[in-house]
Amino acid sequence: MRRPSTPFWDGVRVSLPVLLGLVPFGMVAGITAVDAGFSPIQAMGLSVVVFAGAAQLAAIDLVGEGGTFAVIVLTAAVINVRHIMYSASIAPYLRRLSLARKALVAYLLTDQAYAFSVERYRETEAERREDAEATGSTAATTPIPITPGGDGVAYYLGVALTPWVAWQIATVAGVVLGQGVPDEWGLSFALPLVFIALLVPTLDGLPAVLAAAVSGAVVLAGGAIPFNLGIVVAAVAGVTVGAVAEGVLG
Amino acid sequence: MSAIDAAFDALGTPRLWALIVVIGVATFLLRFSFIFLFGRVEEVPPRIRTALRFVPPAVFAALAVPAVVSIDGSLGATVTDDRFLAGTLAAAVAWRTESIFATIAVGMLALWTFRFLV
Repeated sequence: MRRPSTPFWDGVRVSLPVLLGLVPFGMVAGITAVDAGFSPIQAMGLSVVVFAGAAQLAAIDLVGEGGTFAVIVLTAAVINVRHIMYSASIAPYLRRLSLARKALVAYLLTDQAYAFSVERYRETEAERREDAEATGSTAATTPIPITPGGDGVAYYLGVALTPWVAWQIATVAGVVLGQGVPDEWGLSFALPLVFIALLVPTLDGLPAVLAAAVSGAVVLAGGAIPFNLGIVVAAVAGVTVGAVAEGVLG
Repeated sequence: MSAIDAAFDALGTPRLWALIVVIGVATFLLRFSFIFLFGRVEEVPPRIRTALRFVPPAVFAALAVPAVVSIDGSLGATVTDDRFLAGTLAAAVAWRTESIFATIAVGMLALWTFRFLV
């Protein structure tokens, strides 16, 4: 049976290729959480409640190293600060939705849900502008909001729920699998490999490369940084250098 | 072990549950921030926007580098470490393919090769 072509299923289809990377990433989150001392239910709880891969993995890492509560929360927050950009960018499209729907969108707002949905909203907007110009009516100058119960919401649920479901299933698979694998296989090494895979595509210019290099150097020298604050201090140093370099290099 | 103890073990420690909830709330608030504030605050100030752009490279480098580079030993010991070799190879794969799956697969295979075969 062919799946009907609805905005929801369009969103699902667009998201499927991303799962090739997301599933092993989620499995690593499950495996390493149990290794670090989370119970299987807590490993799942982490994926359901937080639902942010990089922050989850960093928190798991710090729990394993005996980091303090405050430092672990701060580190996860610094890693997730990038979501403010997505929130600001998608906000104008959501202004007609109820508070509860806005909250649901926010909970599901991942890197890929953001990228796919805003791309689609911008396309729709461009088409409407062309139509408006063709008929001689005045085109809207602000982003055209999606409507409650409309295509925009259905498409968002398609691109956002697909990674959510895959992430939860992958975490369960990781929890189950992780308990049967001997330590000397070094499965925890999959964790830095995920970060390498996330890091490399962000190096899109000299300022970004400098931000990464400084951050990496600071964290290495960070034996001197107390309380496991290495990641936070390194990130602040890297962001500062990147922003300054951007200003200098234009 | 009693059934009650076993049930508590399965549930996990209260400290980790508190951690999960607090990180979850913080993450949600960051995602909700401008969606909630829209109408009151419409734009991220340009300076903050510039800084936010460099959060991903800085954060991901801080997470990846210490796991593949060790500065405890000599330079020679560092660059022949199996994790360093596997990490470098994985970075090359990430650059060529931009695929998380390919990066993990090649990196793990390289680690096992250097660790068990070489």
